[in-house]
Amino acid sequence: MVDQKVHEIILASIQKPVVGEAGKTGSWSRFKPKIDLDKCSVVKMNKDVCHFCWLYCPEPIISRTIPPKINYEYCKGCGICAEVCPPKAIKMVEESEL
Amino acid sequence: MADKVKLYDIPEEEFLLPGNRMCAGCGLSLIYRTALKALGPNTIITVPASCLTVLHGMQGFTSVDKISVLNTPFATVAASASGIEAALEAMGKDDKVTCVAFAGDGGTTDIGIQGLSGAAERRTNFIYACYDNEAYMNTGVQRSGSTPYGSFTTTTPIYGKTEHKKNMPKILEAHDIPYVATSCAAYPLDIYAKFKRAKEIKGTKYIHILSPCPPGWGFSTKDTIKMGKLAVETGFWPLYEIENGKFSLSTPSKRLLDPAKRKPIVEYLSTQKRFNRLSNEQIEEYKRYINQSWEYIKSKNLTTQLL
Repeated sequence: MVDQKVHEIILASIQKPVVGEAGKTGSWSRFKPKIDLDKCSVVKMNKDVCHFCWLYCPEPIISRTIPPKINYEYCKGCGICAEVCPPKAIKMVEESEL
Repeated sequence: MADKVKLYDIPEEEFLLPGNRMCAGCGLSLIYRTALKALGPNTIITVPASCLTVLHGMQGFTSVDKISVLNTPFATVAASASGIEAALEAMGKDDKVTCVAFAGDGGTTDIGIQGLSGAAERRTNFIYACYDNEAYMNTGVQRSGSTPYGSFTTTTPIYGKTEHKKNMPKILEAHDIPYVATSCAAYPLDIYAKFKRAKEIKGTKYIHILSPCPPGWGFSTKDTIKMGKLAVETGFWPLYEIENGKFSLSTPSKRLLDPAKRKPIVEYLSTQKRFNRLSNEQIEEYKRYINQSWEYIKSKNLTTQLL
């Protein structure tokens, strides 16, 4: 029965994938990115032309859609998207101004 | 040579889940997210103690979806990859499943080097990816073999590290493995292309990726991409790949063969807190070091063109 026990121990160490393993990481920063849809080139041309925010975001929280959508619940507010946005359509604002 | 990749060639499917434990603006998070997209779901990843262990979560739950990950002790990452690869070969699945070892610079240049050298010598069919944040960041910024000259960590003298960074890609190149490449977190398309290429080649593949670390290097979280781009544009971190001995510079670094096109190194050094104690002599030493490393690259480039 030793084998059975070893098997059980290995199974017990398997980890389950979950969203929000570290909690709601959206609470880590006061500042959140806000997309100005009038400036965003994807929205303006209504086709897939840019999506730098989606590419450079370290987290999978910006969608590659028109217009790009941000998951504020888990956005850590690093501000990379605002830096890399070519038409400077993304601004970091206080959470209350969203 | 890796094919050119456009933004919309990268799949939308995500393997990293939101709400993980990585710091805001982490370069590694971006590297891992892009690399997993290139590797696809049929991948087994082995990870030593590093920031990546933090990403993989506490007991019971993890932030990585659809991919098998094995957490191993510090020195054994390449050895465990060899074991996984041997098992895959025995089951006849080594064509379908990619085995990847993902380690930090401490786990590669200091602690894991003998395992990696052994695996490369045995010609194990796996990808070894080293993300280089230039210190032991997970445990609170201690000096590693990959920490650059003059950089301040908690275990260096007051005027910073007195030695230059260990050139790991050059060591792996000496093992005569089929693929060696360097990349940087600020160029996700380059990372994607190189992982895609490495996946197609049989044998030991080594990819060394510079990963800017906001808390460890001392810069604002929004500047991660800027720091990575500066490291490449100043010539401090050349991007290249060596496939079967054939050397080729990657697009962002190609024009830097001309020293006039390189940005001054001070631009890179002055924007990070870890370098704020650098003296003028140390900056001069940096300029000499960069010129010397580019002389080597120039000679490599020339021999490949003659071949």
